[in-house]
Amino acid sequence: MKWILVALVVIPGTVGDVLNSAGMKHQGELDDWSWHGLLRFGWQLLHNWYILIGLPAMALSFFALMALLSTTTLAFAVPATASSYILETAMAEYLLREKVDWHRWIGTILVAIGVILLAI
Amino acid sequence: MQSYHLILKTAAVACVVMATNAFGNYALKLGLSNGAGVRASWAPWQYVRALAHPWVIAGVLLMLGWFISRLMLLSWADLSYVLPVTSFSYVLSAGLGAMLLREDVSLVHWGGISLITLGVAFTIFTRPGTTPPGGNEVP
Repeated sequence: MKWILVALVVIPGTVGDVLNSAGMKHQGELDDWSWHGLLRFGWQLLHNWYILIGLPAMALSFFALMALLSTTTLAFAVPATASSYILETAMAEYLLREKVDWHRWIGTILVAIGVILLAI
Repeated sequence: MQSYHLILKTAAVACVVMATNAFGNYALKLGLSNGAGVRASWAPWQYVRALAHPWVIAGVLLMLGWFISRLMLLSWADLSYVLPVTSFSYVLSAGLGAMLLREDVSLVHWGGISLITLGVAFTIFTRPGTTPPGGNEVP
């Protein structure tokens, strides 16, 4: 059961992040901070298919993490889900076509190892 | 050369992302270990019941703030930039645990904190956004 929960944290979380990132690039930055501008931005988000699919994926990942934290130790849950850093960076490079140079790859790998050490 | 405005905007929103994540996780952990625990199950009522716990409510609201601020950051910054930079929230979480819960920070934990800080330092000086305005279409 715990490995199913790990998969339910990592895979929907990665899919959700990639879709949210694509959706927000498509949406563009919020530049009008008036009530009218905020409402218009929110309305546009509700019609953004990337976000509409990404949001439930993130919610599924979140609830799976809640269940995982309740049933296993932090020392298991955090290292098991830290793999999502590497997976998401690879997806960002190949699907979102971000320019992931060696600085970012080393940074991401160091962070993933650091997160694992913090959970030990 | 990154503009001063872009650096300031990215740093400010990244700080909000990290703070809401660290305090949100702290509140959720308090709630889930104080009577609102969720057993691994497909039954939705357990999750609804957990959401009625005050610490879980606080945690969920903070995580909502984390989600919105992270979406804002992703509107101009790359996912491969946001992931490592905002991971500094793990260091904040460790600090919160040490200060508020009197948890010991072991030598291994210090190693983890150092690696995360080094990883953030490697990434933070790269250009936040490398995709064209509007982004690339996901295949």
